[in-house]
Amino acid sequence: MSAVVDTHGHEHDHGHEHHDHHGGYSGIMRWITTTNHKDIGTLYLWFAGIMFFAGGMMALVIRAELFEPGMQLVNPDFFNQMTTMHGLIMIFGAIMPAFVGFANWQIPMMIGAPDMAFARLNNWSFWLLPFAATLLMLSFFMPGGAPGTGWTLYAPLTVQQGIGMDFTIFAVHILGMSSILGSINIITTILNMRAPGMTLMKMPMFCWTWLITAYLLVAVMPVLAGAVTMTLTDRHFGTTFFNAAGGGDPVLYQHIFWFFGHPEVYVIALPAFGVISQVIPAFSRKPLFGYASMVYATAAIAILSFIVWAHHMYTVGMPVTGQLFFMYATTLIAVPTGVKVFNWVSTMWRGSLSFETPMLFAIGFLFLFTLGGFTGLVLSLVPIDIQLQDTYYVVAHFHYVMVAGAMFSAFAGIYFWLPKWTGRMYNETLGQWHFWLTLIFFNMIFFVQHFLGMAGMPRRVPDYPLMFETWNKISSIGAFGFALSQLLFLYNLFTTLKRGATAPQKVWEGADSLDWTHLPTPVPYHTWETPPVLK
Amino acid sequence: MTLREQNRKLFARLALVALAMFGFGYALVPLYYRVCEALGINTLGEVAAAPRNSQVDLARTVTIEFDANAHGLAFRFRPLVNHIDVHPGELATVEYEVRNDQPVAVTAQAVPSYGPAFAGEYFKKIECFCFTQQTLGPGESRRMPVVFVVDPKLPKDVTSIAISYTFFEVAGRGGKS
Repeated sequence: MSAVVDTHGHEHDHGHEHHDHHGGYSGIMRWITTTNHKDIGTLYLWFAGIMFFAGGMMALVIRAELFEPGMQLVNPDFFNQMTTMHGLIMIFGAIMPAFVGFANWQIPMMIGAPDMAFARLNNWSFWLLPFAATLLMLSFFMPGGAPGTGWTLYAPLTVQQGIGMDFTIFAVHILGMSSILGSINIITTILNMRAPGMTLMKMPMFCWTWLITAYLLVAVMPVLAGAVTMTLTDRHFGTTFFNAAGGGDPVLYQHIFWFFGHPEVYVIALPAFGVISQVIPAFSRKPLFGYASMVYATAAIAILSFIVWAHHMYTVGMPVTGQLFFMYATTLIAVPTGVKVFNWVSTMWRGSLSFETPMLFAIGFLFLFTLGGFTGLVLSLVPIDIQLQDTYYVVAHFHYVMVAGAMFSAFAGIYFWLPKWTGRMYNETLGQWHFWLTLIFFNMIFFVQHFLGMAGMPRRVPDYPLMFETWNKISSIGAFGFALSQLLFLYNLFTTLKRGATAPQKVWEGADSLDWTHLPTPVPYHTWETPPVLK
Repeated sequence: MTLREQNRKLFARLALVALAMFGFGYALVPLYYRVCEALGINTLGEVAAAPRNSQVDLARTVTIEFDANAHGLAFRFRPLVNHIDVHPGELATVEYEVRNDQPVAVTAQAVPSYGPAFAGEYFKKIECFCFTQQTLGPGESRRMPVVFVVDPKLPKDVTSIAISYTFFEVAGRGGKS
């Protein structure tokens, strides 16, 4: 909780710092009424940070219970609530807002726009989030507690849960609305607000990945909204979309959910690819290798993501034809993803590499995300998936792509851009400690979960047979080590903001987008009031 | 067109896409059922073509286990299924198979017995190979049906009934006839 208190303290300081730039309000009102893309980016990032620590606490409850076989700390029902809320909060509260935060800060600066296309809408997109998060958290205090269905909110469990489920449904509605509005804003900004001469194919890769992500979000968030709306009407208004008692079909829910759910995976991964595509060239002192192929690969991943959803549900009783189609389509995604990985490696090839913290996180991302991609390929194969589905192998797989993919990339982005934004340099030694501890403890938690899954330990269980004890112990110890390592990050962040050394004009010599080459450090409150002219 | 108008136009278009995708989520519902129908899957919910017996007690399920013996006869005698689940009042059919492994023709009579024994009176056989004597030539095999209904008056605590048939040779009518 200390993060929350400190946050307000910080916001206050920040408010005074920029008081001159802002018309009228100061203190908290400045943040509530702000329409500045940098302010809103900051809000998104603080929100994501708070949610990251809240979701992390829930993960610790899960790992503490799994430290030993048998029931120790929580009852199974609360355990299920923890796994559900951990997933929902990390995905919708932490990862997605973090990358929207980066988008808000960076996209206008990178393309030479004075602000986002719809500045007030941008404010509203953000301020929907705290209300959604509050609703989600309130569900814990309802009779029956928070939903214990897993983050996928599968019917028929969702039809049977208590009132906490309704809170969650409305929270998902609001989160979805925030995402859709944010995405429309990003698309409009990128398509209409680029500086003269900034053609689409000259944009930094981060803008490209976000443009494609925003299209994905506009296309799939409404489908999720539809799925939870159907759940809501099944619960209260007598419809029977999923309620088997009235002839509904729970498998139908899975199809609709995963039609959203798989593109959602790339909603999380693509902006992470974008950040990595900025960081690696900067620290290799070379332009990104194969820029055009990167753009096409990103688009290919996005398009393919719409026709692979049922690989999440091979075992529901699908005809073999269906299984084969989804298997081949899924393995096909490895091709554009491989293009991206090889391009990053080729960017580093014969570059003058240096290994500051952002680069370390980017290389960590490269290794671990690729590993997570490989286990994804394993899971895409029907015969193996039937054996491994709903085991810890799956848990290990998606944490490799979510934590080592998205989260490592978010850390790379923070260390990379923070000096530019604030004009203060973080402590490099602490940053490197943070990276290595995070890397080691991450693998300690999740690498061993592959073994557990192969041995047959199911996911979402609070208790397990004795034979799984060793790896679970190691995993739990890793989880607590991981959590403590993140306190190091918090310490580094706060000391940087309070008394970090002054950052030089060009923080990273290899960084070459507009914000680095044309804007002073720290970046002023308003930028590009006259657009730059590119040749 | 000013930038502001351009932005608004794009906003309207994208909002329309979002709205359409919300509708698409709902369109997936009929689409799902069509695809299932086309692929011939997910048929569990379909109404059986056979006329329904209103006396069927769908709330209860009784497991019927089948057993087969031949007393002092070289018969291969077995039910084609080991057990089935039926609702009381529901008409069910099972088949038995018997083969005479003796070099001579044999006439035999099957006699049923029930476990629990009192369940026999609720086990209504409409057709049974045990109703008649069976004559099997050397090496002859035969499939024989049993059509039965479990009386809905069956006591509630009975959840399974075993029915065991035993073939006995009918004396004096052996292979000589």
